[in-house]
Amino acid sequence: MTRTLVVVGNGMVGHRLVQALRDRDVESGWRVVVLAEEARPAYDRVALTSYVDSWDPATLQLDGAEFADDDHVELVLGDAVVSIDRAARKVTTASGRVQGYDALALATGSVPFVPPVPGRDLPGCHVYRTIDDLDAIKASAERAGEGIGRGAAMVVGGGLLGLEAAKALRDMGLSPHVVELGPRLMPLQVDEGGGALLKRLIEDLDVTVHAGASTSSIEEDRGRLLAKLSNGVELDLDLVVFSAGIRPRDQLARESGLEVGARGGIVVDEGCRTSDPDIYAIGECANLDGMVYGLVAPGYSMAEIVADRILGGTASFPGADMSTKLKLMGVDVASFGDAHAATEGALEVVFNDAVKGSYKKLVISDDAKTLLGGVLVGDASDYAMLRPMVGRALPGDPGAILAPNGGGGVGVDALPDEAQVCSCNAVSKGDIKHAILGSGCQDVPALKACTKAGTSCGSCVPMLKQLLGACGVEQSKALCEHFAQSRAELFEIVRVTGIATFSELVAKHGSGRGCDICKPAVASILASLGGGHILAGEQVALQDTNDKYLANMQRNGTYSVVPRIPGGEITPEKLMVIAQVAQDYGLYTKITGGQRIDLFGATVDQLPAIWSRLVDAGFESGHAYGKALRTVKSCVGSTWCRYGVQDSVGMAIELELRYRGLRAPHKLKSAVSGCARECAEARSKDFGIIATENGWNLYVGGNGGMMPRHADLLVSEVDKETLLKVIDRFLMFYIRTADRLQRTSTWLDGLEGGLDHLRDVVVNDSLGLCAELEAQMAEHVKGYADEWAGVLADPEKLARFSSFVNAPGTPDPTITFREERGQKVPGDKVPVLLGIPEVSAR
Amino acid sequence: MTAEAVLAHDTWVEVCPVDRLGREQGVAVLLPDGTQVAVFRTHDDALYAVSNVDPFSGAAVLSRGIVGDLGGVPVVASPMHKQHFDLRTGACLEDADVSVPTYPVCVLDATILLGRL
Repeated sequence: MTRTLVVVGNGMVGHRLVQALRDRDVESGWRVVVLAEEARPAYDRVALTSYVDSWDPATLQLDGAEFADDDHVELVLGDAVVSIDRAARKVTTASGRVQGYDALALATGSVPFVPPVPGRDLPGCHVYRTIDDLDAIKASAERAGEGIGRGAAMVVGGGLLGLEAAKALRDMGLSPHVVELGPRLMPLQVDEGGGALLKRLIEDLDVTVHAGASTSSIEEDRGRLLAKLSNGVELDLDLVVFSAGIRPRDQLARESGLEVGARGGIVVDEGCRTSDPDIYAIGECANLDGMVYGLVAPGYSMAEIVADRILGGTASFPGADMSTKLKLMGVDVASFGDAHAATEGALEVVFNDAVKGSYKKLVISDDAKTLLGGVLVGDASDYAMLRPMVGRALPGDPGAILAPNGGGGVGVDALPDEAQVCSCNAVSKGDIKHAILGSGCQDVPALKACTKAGTSCGSCVPMLKQLLGACGVEQSKALCEHFAQSRAELFEIVRVTGIATFSELVAKHGSGRGCDICKPAVASILASLGGGHILAGEQVALQDTNDKYLANMQRNGTYSVVPRIPGGEITPEKLMVIAQVAQDYGLYTKITGGQRIDLFGATVDQLPAIWSRLVDAGFESGHAYGKALRTVKSCVGSTWCRYGVQDSVGMAIELELRYRGLRAPHKLKSAVSGCARECAEARSKDFGIIATENGWNLYVGGNGGMMPRHADLLVSEVDKETLLKVIDRFLMFYIRTADRLQRTSTWLDGLEGGLDHLRDVVVNDSLGLCAELEAQMAEHVKGYADEWAGVLADPEKLARFSSFVNAPGTPDPTITFREERGQKVPGDKVPVLLGIPEVSAR
Repeated sequence: MTAEAVLAHDTWVEVCPVDRLGREQGVAVLLPDGTQVAVFRTHDDALYAVSNVDPFSGAAVLSRGIVGDLGGVPVVASPMHKQHFDLRTGACLEDADVSVPTYPVCVLDATILLGRL
């Protein structure tokens, strides 16, 4: 019989519980009902500050948050639970719904703590917790923008969240003041030395820090706010954000008679069970061993434990790793283990480079042998290696470990198998090794998919690479046996030397005569750099069959033909041409997923005749056969749609015509949606564009297929000119640096520094490459010519399109067709010929 | 030349002029009995002939594969699923149990001729 789990709250931890249970409950013995107060499905609250980049709630939504395909999960939003009847095992919601349960999980989270400052309820005073909070802050900031000069804002609380809020306010164009009661910023995580450097680095970014001060009062003052601080400072402000900590939301539990802690929080045991055995509490509302954890990782652990317990397991809370690594306004801050040297006899080793802006401290045991914790500010690159070593013997002299480029022999080998490499998802070194040696993961994306390591904060990705190396997975960049270089290196060689043929490249920089791996890769590089027609000269011998015949080979050796239909827009006249050609050549006809028409069953010798008709009617190659731009899908947009806010079809056509024929490491797909409803599914594309009222949002790195990935927001609300520039740079940067057959999604996943690095390069021009990338794209746009028109105009290229060199025009006798649903399809599979058949002499 | 004309020859079939077949490329040839052969010219102007039929898919497509070398062995990669065949022996490099027939091939008066075995 199916039992019912009711989850109260749909934050990150509540969502994780539902996911974990559904993953493990293979027999679907449990039905899950989620009752949530917020009207939105679960979103990434840790990344809340990034909402300021797009103001698009969809970018924060967690994968699978709607459980749309799962009929064992009922998600009820905007209807908070108001009471629990423990005796009857029922809950009642604000709307009056009564829901019975077999198990109940409270994941109600926390509320921001607002210190009792006079004036804290005035308009313009906010908290920083939900998407709605940020919308309210935005509205206040916009009012501030109407005044003279730059607006000002105060953030109460200089911890992690306070600095996040300061960043958001600065991004909204305000001058932030951070007021921290403690003696320094992030007092919980960072020591005095680190705090001093952090203050300096943060103040360099136009944030004023008032440490050791509290807010005495906030008053209305001629339409603005006046804040008086305990140290006598007075601040003229447009808005105030309180981010001075959290308090567990335990009201529901209190009213139901469940035990709560002295300082709040629903008391649970190591299995996350409350004083009522049918009720669990997880995340920020739970009090475990007297602690309320405000980080997501311990919350996720609790969610996994409850999923396990509900299914009869015995998992228990392993203790939380309170280590933190984050980038605040570009400043690296990390703290791990016993950062404040609270352990008796603990010794500190400090390396402080004020010039470079780097502070590092290790806390070690009194015998100087065991690492206890540490603080890193300015440069936290050692974090990934040091954090898993907490509680273990130091591999070398602590001074040497901290020295720049020292490393001091700290290697992945020094870690025992049970050391946690990814603390976000609790993946140990042993788990990673098993995935590499047992499950055959050969690269970082495979490890991410298999173990989830590196999928949250990404700080352990360098360790994953080292572990692959340590397990003997050859991290060779060699393209194939003919080239020791990676594709990206070959691209640079060709770009810099101007080598224009494969023969010259393999003679000077490779060995042998090449193969089906390096030849098409080099052909693509030559084409990306403007090598003329892809079948010109010796290039024809480099191309895969699809590129060689400018059509897609199907399983019986025939080809399919896809004319370009930019943006999916086509006139009835052109449709009739396609229909007539298909009818005349007896081609099977199908609409593609990319809003085009695919014509199947053409033999090699039919291709020129078919294309001659299509080119005459104004069609051109659709490059369905190439590792090139395929199609730019679109919805009808503002031209027809009642909801559209921009002309998505016009934009899609412009993009398709701009990038058509562009050769890349793999195929490129794109789409343009005319509003946030996203009917064109742009976020499943390599580059997707979604219209907003004020411009265009650009998403990159999306993918459908076997490894689906939602595209990430790169820039938001930009005008057309900026949009084209950023796409030009993004595509050219990808073409330069990706591996062979690597889609933008896996390229972005493997890119060191990830999306932030990509944005630095293609938006902020951190490498000084943008002008070059744009110029390269301008060359491509200028040099574009239709490949099929080029073949039809050249008798030598045309001559290759024959079935038999000694009998042109004779059809391949092995190709047969049968009819299915009124169209022709390949005949029964030709009998497979294995071994050398006996050949009788005539 | 038509298929009927091909029938007129007895032991050697004329394929095409040598310069019709570019280096590291292949062409398909139809023999009078309906057999399809793929003829290749490697970078050093050596000629090889193997069956045009890819034994894994049954499609007559090997002449459209990429010609190159693996470990010094001249090979063609099937355009269907990329198995490699040794152009000298017809042996499949990925599967020792599979091979394709080979045929004698030569050049006479700048014309490629294919032996019928």
